[in-house]
Amino acid sequence: MVYDVVVGGKPYRLELEKSDAGWKCRLDGKEIRVDAVVPSRDVLSLLIDGQAFEVKREQTPHDLHLWVGSTRFGVELHDPRSLRARRSAAADEKGPRKIVALMPGRVVRLLVAEQGEVEAGQGVIVVEAMKMQNEIKSPKKGIVKKVVAAAGAAVNAGDVLAIVE
Amino acid sequence: MFKKILIANRGEIAVRVMRACREMGIATVAVYSDVDRAALHVRKADEAYPIGPAPASESYLRIDKILDVARRSGAEAIHPGYGFLSENAKFARACVDAGVKFIGPTAESMEMMGSKTRARQHMEKAGVPFVPGTARGLTSPEEAEQVAERLGYPVMLKAAAGGGGKGMRLVHTRTELRSALESAQSEAQRSFGDNEVYIEKAIVNPRHIEIQVLADEHDNTVWLGERECSIQRRHQKVLEESPSPIVDPEMRRRMGEVAVRVAQAANYTNAGTVEFLVDQQKNFYFLEMNTRLQVEHPVTELTTGLDLVHLQIHIANGEKLPFTQQENSIRGHAIECRIYAEDPDNNYFPSPGKITLLLPPAGPGIRHDSGAYEGWTVPIDYDPLLAKLVGYGSDREQAVMRLQRALYEYFVAGIKTNITLFQRILGEADFRAGKLDTGYLDRLLARGNSQIAAHAPEPRIAAIAAGMFAVLEPASSLAGNGSASASAQAPSNWKQKGRAEALR
Repeated sequence: MVYDVVVGGKPYRLELEKSDAGWKCRLDGKEIRVDAVVPSRDVLSLLIDGQAFEVKREQTPHDLHLWVGSTRFGVELHDPRSLRARRSAAADEKGPRKIVALMPGRVVRLLVAEQGEVEAGQGVIVVEAMKMQNEIKSPKKGIVKKVVAAAGAAVNAGDVLAIVE
Repeated sequence: MFKKILIANRGEIAVRVMRACREMGIATVAVYSDVDRAALHVRKADEAYPIGPAPASESYLRIDKILDVARRSGAEAIHPGYGFLSENAKFARACVDAGVKFIGPTAESMEMMGSKTRARQHMEKAGVPFVPGTARGLTSPEEAEQVAERLGYPVMLKAAAGGGGKGMRLVHTRTELRSALESAQSEAQRSFGDNEVYIEKAIVNPRHIEIQVLADEHDNTVWLGERECSIQRRHQKVLEESPSPIVDPEMRRRMGEVAVRVAQAANYTNAGTVEFLVDQQKNFYFLEMNTRLQVEHPVTELTTGLDLVHLQIHIANGEKLPFTQQENSIRGHAIECRIYAEDPDNNYFPSPGKITLLLPPAGPGIRHDSGAYEGWTVPIDYDPLLAKLVGYGSDREQAVMRLQRALYEYFVAGIKTNITLFQRILGEADFRAGKLDTGYLDRLLARGNSQIAAHAPEPRIAAIAAGMFAVLEPASSLAGNGSASASAQAPSNWKQKGRAEALR
């Protein structure tokens, strides 16, 4: 198996090959012997040259995080043979941008109406969860083209609340 | 002894009270809102009954529904936990009227303590030291200005019915006073249904130290040492410890004796906490009395060897305290971390959601009181407290080391928690030196996190782990589709473009 891995913004090429005693792993060409087991879901025990690491995996709709001990790493994993992976790397930054709920909650009020102008970083929608109100801000300067969420509506993390263009 | 107790609460405290009941051979009755059907406290109870929709005002705050469950289930007593109805005098009175024992003080004691201004008038008579200020609510902005002038700025505005920092405002100058007063009054009205606000001299960089008291119904009142609760954020406690790094036996005794006088002046019964502000010269001033079991009661339990919930139940059963003041002693050191569902990378905003992985800590000197479990969805409707992690050691140093070790073991995925915050606090120089005040945490957070662990593992380990996960556990990984993290943001660029076009 060959993977392109990005850890904290830095790319690595990782090749994995099953061997008799664990895995033969080449990281950017450097050979490392790895013994790995998954003792329970989302938990990985790695033994590398006698060093033991417990790694936990956390997957959200947007991110993959791996915790080595108590240190968190943001990770992207691509199979270089996949066309899709290459395409997504060149995602379009222009055009409409979504304003997404960061956490589940209830929409308290809208601060900007549809067709209203917003500056980058300006609050657009207030979402309340656990007695705390969180202002969700516009990712760019533009016009609020569409407001999907209504005041009082329950939303989940990742839900699109509005579109700014 | 009671045969059955209803617990009018949820989360970790409901579970904690149920554990005590089971230890004592008492059956437990849980109540739950619609979103709490799968909550841990329902699973741990002997009986459980629904009491309405998610909003607390339609469920956990509904006196009528809770007393109806008590009647139907035959519960002889109600433990209110903390929050919700725990300091509601109407509820305590309604319990008496319904012939159910309320495990806590009487409605009269609560009413006296519930209003900070009334408590003050009473306590001053008992010789309890107070921060200089008005003992009555302010009647006008002009009066506020006059009093503030006399006390000297900075001053603190406080809601008479307040708690948890609601309706509190620190005012540095005369120009800020009027608008601060208005906002404190409206916040007090919204939060407590009472807009009475009073004014005090602000103590600069105070410590918040409180004394646990216990009183039986036979006029015996004891104090059980202090808890240092100076590490707070937005007036909410985050970390508590006992004993306080600055309290010596002599100061402890003096504070304890004042706390007992406070309790006696209010004819107080059952468990309560007397809160003090302590200035830099170690003068202490009465702040308020909390007429309930506190969130942070475990640190007192660990250092006194007592079980406060057992004692609450025995007291409510009409029994005498089984020990005297002299028979009590404090041993070792305990520190509690409040594990909240909140996002350290997003200004500590709440982070409800589903817990996909939970690895709780264990081992020597560790107590973990939790209301959460793996697979549970933390609802959006309540306080974000998930669990309390308490470390105990023969001294402060050892308690800190044990907690650091436990925090290293502790892992929660799916939602964000403030676990990393405690790793930071426990390793920080001022905390280690016991140099604490209520501004400590804000200052720490303002500094930003430059403290990158020296022994941080290499990113290369994470890179290898990412590949190994993809190979060994592809089922719950998206790697099979070619890309783990890219798939969510780009299922198809064609689709995205199409949607974007449709919005034009």
